[in-house]
Amino acid sequence: MPAEIYLNVAISGLLTGLVYGLMALGLSVIFGVVRVVNFAHGEMMTIAMYLAVFLFAAFKLDPLLMLVPISMALFALGYAMQAGLINPFINRPEHSQFILLVAVAIIMVNVLLIVYGPDAKSVQTTYSFDSFQIGPFIVDATKAYAGAAAIAVALALFAFFRFSRIGKAIRACADCYTGALVVGLDVKRLYALTFGIGAACVGAAGSIMVILVDVTPPLGPAYTLLAFVIVIVGGLGSMPGALLGGVLIGLTEALAGLFFTPSAKSMFAFGILVLVLLFRPQGIVGKKQT
Amino acid sequence: MKRKTDKSPAGAGMHVTRRTFATGVAAGAIVAGISPFNILRAQGGALKVGVLLPRSGAQAGIGQDCQRGVDIAPGILKGLGLPNLQIMNGDTETNVEVARARAERLIAEGAQLLIGAFDSGQSTAIAQVAEQKGIPFVINIAAAPPITEQGYKFVFRNFPTAPMILGDAFANQKEVFEATGVAPKSVVFMHVNDTFGTAMKNGIGAVMPRFNMPYKIAETIAYDPTARDLSIEVAKAKASGAEALLMVSRLNDAILITRELVKQRWSPMAVLSMGPGWYEDQYLKTLGRLSDGPMSFVPWYDPNKALSKKLEAALAKAYPAINLNTNHIYTFEALLIAADAYKRAGSTDPKALADAIRKTDIKDNVSPGPGIQFNAKGQNDKMKNSAIQNRSGKLVTIAPKTASNAKPELPMKPYDKRG
Repeated sequence: MPAEIYLNVAISGLLTGLVYGLMALGLSVIFGVVRVVNFAHGEMMTIAMYLAVFLFAAFKLDPLLMLVPISMALFALGYAMQAGLINPFINRPEHSQFILLVAVAIIMVNVLLIVYGPDAKSVQTTYSFDSFQIGPFIVDATKAYAGAAAIAVALALFAFFRFSRIGKAIRACADCYTGALVVGLDVKRLYALTFGIGAACVGAAGSIMVILVDVTPPLGPAYTLLAFVIVIVGGLGSMPGALLGGVLIGLTEALAGLFFTPSAKSMFAFGILVLVLLFRPQGIVGKKQT
Repeated sequence: MKRKTDKSPAGAGMHVTRRTFATGVAAGAIVAGISPFNILRAQGGALKVGVLLPRSGAQAGIGQDCQRGVDIAPGILKGLGLPNLQIMNGDTETNVEVARARAERLIAEGAQLLIGAFDSGQSTAIAQVAEQKGIPFVINIAAAPPITEQGYKFVFRNFPTAPMILGDAFANQKEVFEATGVAPKSVVFMHVNDTFGTAMKNGIGAVMPRFNMPYKIAETIAYDPTARDLSIEVAKAKASGAEALLMVSRLNDAILITRELVKQRWSPMAVLSMGPGWYEDQYLKTLGRLSDGPMSFVPWYDPNKALSKKLEAALAKAYPAINLNTNHIYTFEALLIAADAYKRAGSTDPKALADAIRKTDIKDNVSPGPGIQFNAKGQNDKMKNSAIQNRSGKLVTIAPKTASNAKPELPMKPYDKRG
């Protein structure tokens, strides 16, 4: 097999992995601060994908240009969910939180089924069939744009948490819940903001993902599972870990499909998950809990 | 006070108590149950037909397309003088276990005959339920051979098995290559790794050597039918250096593969499909001019048969933007078989219906071949398959010559030269 094929496939896996990473980043942010595992994460991404499909079908608006408005819409959804639904469950047992969010996920899938039906919906932009040829290498244009957009959103998120006052306050909540209360931070509001930011992150991932894959309502649970695999591999609660996990899973799936059989590529991603759980349960860049 | 009825001569001397009324009703019911007039009574009502299709899930598009065959059937069946069917819908959700559960539920709710279920895995599960419950099951679309090799008495299939599809596919391919004077020397075989895809893969290994094909299979690539990204599969196929693609796919993956062919700048000489996907309306509409060229070697319809023209007209009236295809044809024919058997059996008794289906001999049908008859295993083994090609958003039949309406075009126009 020509050598450039390996590099082409690796580039493709890397770019897809960046979008996976962005999706998982939202899950990691929410868990890292609120300590609630969002079992409706993939479903929220499909909502963002359907929003992008709607805007494209109705107004011919490019999903990448709609990334900010869709993220804002998902932010509002996430904020409302945390403030109105999840906050009362914060101090309840984990299984209550789990059941609540699974119920929310099932409702989301069924509402999407009622509204859009089971058929796959896609967005066919002017660059949907484009690719860049650089010497012997061929890079899928949509994946290149998607990867670049994912990096831009991730950088903006890192900058927000590092440099903004709200970002620092959220990090304080994550570091010490009691301490944050003592210094007078409005923790519940910050939790709602964090959930909103995590949802905005998955909203951005959805508007990017829709240019790569067709969307159907049952896609949600598959992406929730994928996001979990990524954050567990990278380190639950770690933002760089989520991105790294996404890239690692994207690359593994791509190269395993090339070296072995494509139909077994997911098996290798789950193989990595098992290895991480066995030998580094806190994830590749996660910190050991003391 | 006397009742008015007491004055009537008919009622004279008759005193109807609750007990005598109940006894009379019971006796009447027994008499009705064993009476030969039961047959006439049953014929007066509609046969309850449970139609199981993947209306949601990965095969939802195809399941809903099959439903169109159900929707246009009543008018045509009535025109043929056949009795009414009462359709009971069931959704298999593209899931074998759900298919089994829905079949059981439909039977519990009174279904007297089952039809479905597009997919071999789901049809296998329904066949087991139908046989266990003793309810006739007419398979519309499913190609895995074992379904009619189990010695079932209530399972019938009016659809070719994988070896039948393959045998005709290779014969029709040779006819196309001879007609155009062009043939690939090597192909890469890509197939879905579900029950149907695996059966077709095994069938190719067994059937292809008998046909002395001009090409060799350079590589075989199996992939997940629910895959969201097939870039690796197409990259691998391109790297094999093959001149053409030999496909056994579904709808969504056919669209994904075409997108990747364009993006990865590979225009194979031909796409030779031996399954669904490449000829379907959603494929044609989604891809526009990029959908032109692929050839599908599939169970189709004989455009020259009288009933085909009626079916085309009915579909055009109900769904003006939809081309008649395998999903409509074989789902319609399954209903045709049910209505025809019900008429001849004159009863909703499952055994009588199964016996009538076994003796089916419908000459005025849609699919190519001599008509609809079943062998001892419940398989219509006389049906033939066609070769069709996508041309400007329409489908033309290019082989066999006896059932064609256009000449084949090969090689396929490269994707980058389509404007």
